[in-house]
Amino acid sequence: MFEANQLSLAIWLPIVGAIAVLATGNDQRAGLARIVALLVSIVTFLVTIPLYTAFNKTSGDLQFIEHMPWISALDINYSLGIDGIALLLILLTSFITIIVVISAWQVIQEKVAQYMAAFLIMEGLMIGVFSATDAILFYVFWEAMLIPMFLIIGIWGGPNRIYATIKFFLYTLLGSLLMLVALVYLYFKSNGSFALADLYTVKLTLTEQLWLFMAFFLAFAVKIPMFPVHTWLPDAHVEAPTGGSVVLAAIMLKMGAYGFIRFNLPITPDASHTLSGFIIVLSLIAIVYIAMVALAQTDMKKLIAYSSISHMGFVTLGLFVFNKMAFEGAVIQMISHGFISGAMFLCVGVLYDRMHTRKMSDYGGVANTMPKFAAFMMLFAMANAGLPGTSGFVGEFLVILGVFQVNAWYAIIAGTTLILGAAYTLWMYKRVIFGAVSNDNVKALKDINSREGFFLLVLTLTVLLMGLWPAPFLDTIHSSVDRVLALSAVTKL
Amino acid sequence: MIDDMKLVYLAIPLVCLFAAVIAGLFGRQIGRAGAHTITIAGVATACALSVYVYFDVLAGNTFNGTVYVWGVSDNFPFEIGFLIDNLTATMMVIVTFVSLMVHIYTIGYMHDDPGYQRFFSYISLFTFSMLMLVMSNNFLQLFFGWEAVGLISYLLIGFWYTRDTAIYANMKAFLVNRVGDLGFLIGIAAIYANFGTLDYHAVFASVPEVLGQTIEILPGSEWSIITFICIMLFIGAMGKSAQVPLHVWLPDSMEGPTPISALIHAATMVTAGIFMVARTSPLFEFSETALSVVMIIGAITAFFMALLGLVQNDIKRVVAYSTLSQLGYMTVGLGASGYAASIFHLGTHAFFKALLFLAAGSVIIAMHHEQDMRKMGGLRKFMPWTYITAVIGSLALAGIPPFAGFFSKDLIIESVHHSDLFGSGIAYASVLAGVVITAFYSFRLLFMTFHGRPRMDQHTLQHVKESPMVVVLPLILLAIPSMIAGAMFIEPMAFGDYFTGSILVLPQHDVIGQIAEHYEGQSTVQVVLGFMLHGMLQPPFWLAVGGIFLAWLFYIRKPELPGKVAASVAPLYNVLMNKYYIDDFNQKFFANGTVGLGRLLSKYGDTVFIDGWLVNGSARAVGYFSKILKPLQTGLVNQYAFAMIIGLLVLMTWFLSVN
Repeated sequence: MFEANQLSLAIWLPIVGAIAVLATGNDQRAGLARIVALLVSIVTFLVTIPLYTAFNKTSGDLQFIEHMPWISALDINYSLGIDGIALLLILLTSFITIIVVISAWQVIQEKVAQYMAAFLIMEGLMIGVFSATDAILFYVFWEAMLIPMFLIIGIWGGPNRIYATIKFFLYTLLGSLLMLVALVYLYFKSNGSFALADLYTVKLTLTEQLWLFMAFFLAFAVKIPMFPVHTWLPDAHVEAPTGGSVVLAAIMLKMGAYGFIRFNLPITPDASHTLSGFIIVLSLIAIVYIAMVALAQTDMKKLIAYSSISHMGFVTLGLFVFNKMAFEGAVIQMISHGFISGAMFLCVGVLYDRMHTRKMSDYGGVANTMPKFAAFMMLFAMANAGLPGTSGFVGEFLVILGVFQVNAWYAIIAGTTLILGAAYTLWMYKRVIFGAVSNDNVKALKDINSREGFFLLVLTLTVLLMGLWPAPFLDTIHSSVDRVLALSAVTKL
Repeated sequence: MIDDMKLVYLAIPLVCLFAAVIAGLFGRQIGRAGAHTITIAGVATACALSVYVYFDVLAGNTFNGTVYVWGVSDNFPFEIGFLIDNLTATMMVIVTFVSLMVHIYTIGYMHDDPGYQRFFSYISLFTFSMLMLVMSNNFLQLFFGWEAVGLISYLLIGFWYTRDTAIYANMKAFLVNRVGDLGFLIGIAAIYANFGTLDYHAVFASVPEVLGQTIEILPGSEWSIITFICIMLFIGAMGKSAQVPLHVWLPDSMEGPTPISALIHAATMVTAGIFMVARTSPLFEFSETALSVVMIIGAITAFFMALLGLVQNDIKRVVAYSTLSQLGYMTVGLGASGYAASIFHLGTHAFFKALLFLAAGSVIIAMHHEQDMRKMGGLRKFMPWTYITAVIGSLALAGIPPFAGFFSKDLIIESVHHSDLFGSGIAYASVLAGVVITAFYSFRLLFMTFHGRPRMDQHTLQHVKESPMVVVLPLILLAIPSMIAGAMFIEPMAFGDYFTGSILVLPQHDVIGQIAEHYEGQSTVQVVLGFMLHGMLQPPFWLAVGGIFLAWLFYIRKPELPGKVAASVAPLYNVLMNKYYIDDFNQKFFANGTVGLGRLLSKYGDTVFIDGWLVNGSARAVGYFSKILKPLQTGLVNQYAFAMIIGLLVLMTWFLSVN
C-alpha cells in the first residue's frame, strides 16, 4: 500500500490531515490545531523523503506511477507519476509548508484551525499538480488550488484584500479557462485521450500548435507571472498574510514554469521553437524592466514581489533557449527562488508582526535593535542578489552560461540583474536595517525569538547548502531535462 | 607525501573559516579575548602553513587538483579545486602575513568598539575568501572568491552601520564592483562557450584552437574571441582593482575601520584584479588589443589618481588615492607584459601600503579619531615608532633605493619603457610623471603629520602618545619587508624562472627578459647593486628625489606656498578637489537616472498603462456594457415574454431566408 501509492499518500495525507485540524474546532483550541497541523506537515514531509531516496536518477521516465480510472466515459484517469523536476518541486512544497505552519504559530490568532487547514489542503493540491499525468486531473488540481489561496488572502489578508483577491482570481481564471479549451481541443485530436503521454505524440499543424501554445502560454504566463500579465502579483503579495506570500512566491509561481515544461514544450514543440524569440524578449523585459520597477518601490513586500517576477524571468529565459545548461539552470532557479523568496517574505513578516507596516520609510536602523535578524536578512538579501555560495547564484549562473552559447547579447542583458538585483535588494536593506535608530518604534523592537530563529536558520542552511553544493539537486534532474528537451526537439508536423 | 600536502592546502583556508565561524556565531560566549585569540591563532596557522607550502613549491612540488565537484550540468563538472604554484604560493604568503599583522593590530585599534568579535570574524572570513580566490584552479571558484571578498568588503565598509556615509559607501562599493562583475561573468561565459571548460590549465592549453575564431558582438564588427574574453575579464579586474572609471568606490571605502583599509583596500583584495590578469596571462598574451587597453587604463589610473592625492587633507584619503595610483602602476605593468614586475610590486606594495595605512591608523588613534592632517603636525616627537615606520613606508612608496618599492616600481617603469605595444609611449610618460607626484604627496603626508608645529587643540595635544605595543609591533614587522623585500626578491622573482609555468610571456612581449639580459650570470648581490646603480642614473629616481624636495619646500621650508599655488591655479584645484566630477556624474546620471527611470516605469508602465488601461480598463469596459444592458433586466414577465416572441420571430425569419 505504502510502497505503491506514495504519491497519493503525499497528496491526500495533508488534505485528510486538514480535516483533522478543522475538527479541533474553534479558536479556544487553537493550540491543538497548531500542533496537529505541524504534525501533519512534518509527516507529509517525511512521506515525500522516500520519493527522493527511492528515485532512480539515471532515468528520465516517470516514476512512482499510479493509475486508476476516474471518469471512464471520457477516459479521464487518476494517473500520477513524477520525474526529477517534479520531485524537487514536491520536496520544496512539503518543506515550505512546515515553515509556513511554524511561521504562523503566534502570528495568526483568529480562525487558526481554518488557516492551518487551508495551507495543508493547498499543499496536497500543489503536490497533486506536480504529480498529475492526466491533463484533466492536472486541471482540477490546478483550479482547486486557487480556492484555498483565495480564502487565505481574502480572510487573513490586509485592508485592500478584496481588490487583490478578485484581481488574482480573475487573472488566473482567465488564463486557465483557455487552458481548458486547449485541452478539449487536444482531446479530440488525440482520439479521446487526456493522458499527457498521448498528447505528447499527437500530430499537430503549426497553426494548431501556435493557437494551443498561446492558450497554454496565457494560463502559465499569468501564474509565473511574466511581463505584462504580472500586475496581480504585487497586489496579492501586499494583501496576503505572510504564509500566503511565502506559498505564493515559493511554490505557486513555479506552477507556471512547470506548466511550460509539461505542456508547451512537449505538446507544441514546433510552436515553442517558433515563438521562443517572443518568450525570450518577454523574459528579458521581465529581468530588466521589472528590476527597475522594483527599485522604485517603497513597500517592502511589493519590492520583493517585483524581485520575484524579475527572478522568474531567468526561469522562462532558461527554458526557451533550448540549451541543456540553461534549462537546468532554470529548474535550479525555480527551487532556489522558492527558498529565497520564501525567506525574504518571512523576513518582512517578522518585521511586520512587530511594526505593522511594510513601508521602508517607517524603518531604519533595525540592526541596532535586532542584530540577529539583521544577520539572517543580510544572508537572504545577498542570496536574492545572486551571491556565489548561496543558491541564488547557481540558477542564474547556469542560465547565463547556457544562454551565452545561444546569443551573447541575451546573456549580457540578463546579466544586468547582477547590478540591478543587488541595487534594489541592498538599497532596501540599507533603508530598513542599516542606519541609526530612526524612530521610537524601531527602538522598541525585540530581536527574533527562538521560533523565528529556527525557521530562518533552517532556510539559511538550505540556501547555503544549495549554493555550495548544488550537485545533488542537479543530479536529480539531468535525465528528466534530457527527456523534456528530447520531446521538445521532435517535430510534430 | 602529496596526500599530506593536500591536507595542508585544505587546512590553510579552512582554519580561517573555522575561526571566523566561531568568532562570529559564539562571539558572546567566548568574549573579546576569545575572539581575537582564536582568529589570530587561525590566521597564524594559515600563515605558517603558507610559508611551508611556499618553500615546498620552491622545491618543485606544485599541485593542481580537485577538492570536490560543485555540480554537473550539461555533462560538465564544475569543480572546486586548488592550483598551487609559485604565483599562488606567493599570494598566499602575502595575504596571510598581512592579514596576521592586521589581526594583531586590530586588538589595539578596535579596543573600545562594541563590534569587536564581529570585526574579527569578518577579517578572518575575508582571509578565507581571499585564499580561496588565489588558490583556485578554475574560473568558477575564482568568481566565488571574487564575490565573497566583495561581500566582506561591503560588510566592513559598512561596519559602523549607523553612519550614513558608511552605508552609502558600502552600497556604492558593492554596486560599482557588480558592474565589473558583470563583465567578469560574461567573460567566464565566453570562456565556457568557446573552450568548453573553466579549468585554468585546460583553457590555457586549448588557446591555439580558439586563437583564430571571432565573435560578432555588434553587426559588422568581428572581434577575436580571445580579445573579447580578455577585455571582459579585465572589466572585472577594473572593478575589483579600482581602475578608472570603476575606481570611484575605493576612496569612499575609507569609511571602514582603518585595519580593513590596510588589509582589504590596499594590500590584498584590491590586488585581486592584478592577480587575475597575471593568472590569465596565457590568454592576455594572445591579444595585443587587450594588453593595450590594460596598459592605457592603468596609465590613466596611475597618473590621474596620483594627482588627486595631492589635494586631499584626510590622511586616509591620501593613502587611498596613492593606492589607486599604485594599482594603476601594476596594471600598466600587466599591459606591458611585465606580469612578474606587477606581481612583484603587488607584493612590496602590500607591505608598505599596509604599513602606511596602519601607521595612519596609529596617528588616528592618537588624534582621537581626527583624520584631517591640517589639525596634526609635529607628531614625530610623540610617536617615534609610528614616525620611523611611516618614513620607511613613504620611502618605499616614493621609490627610493634600497627600499622595496624602488625595485618593483622601477621594474614596472623599465618594462613599459621596453614595451612597443600601442599606448606604451603614453603609459611611459604617465608612470614617469606619476613618480614625482607620488613622492610629493607621500612626503606631504609625512611632513604635514609628523613635522612642523603641532596644530591640534590643547586637549588632544596633552593626550598624544605612542600607540600600544599591539599596534606598534605590526608596524615594525611590516617595516622590515618594506625595507628589504625588494632587494631580496628582485633577482629570483623578476629575473629568474620563478614564474615559469604560472605566467606566460610570449618572446615578442618579453620586456623583463630584455631587462634581465643586462644582469645575466650575475649573483644576487651583483644584480641588486647593479639594479640600484642603474636606477640612480635613470629619470625615475631623480623625479622621486625632486618630488620629495618639492614637498619639503612646500610644507617645511615655505608653508605659505601651497595656498598660493592652489589660488593661482584655482580652476585646476577645484577639478581635483571635486575628483574630476566623476562622483557627481555617476550619482546624477547612473544612480538617480536609474532610480528615476524605475519610478517612471513603475508609475506609467505598471500603474497607468498595464493596471490602469489594460486590467482595470477591461474591468471598466465590462462594467460599462453591463450598465447599458442592466435596464433590460426589468423583472417584468410580460416584457420578457414579449422579447422572447420577437426573438423567435427574428430567428425564424433568418432561418427561412437562409434556407
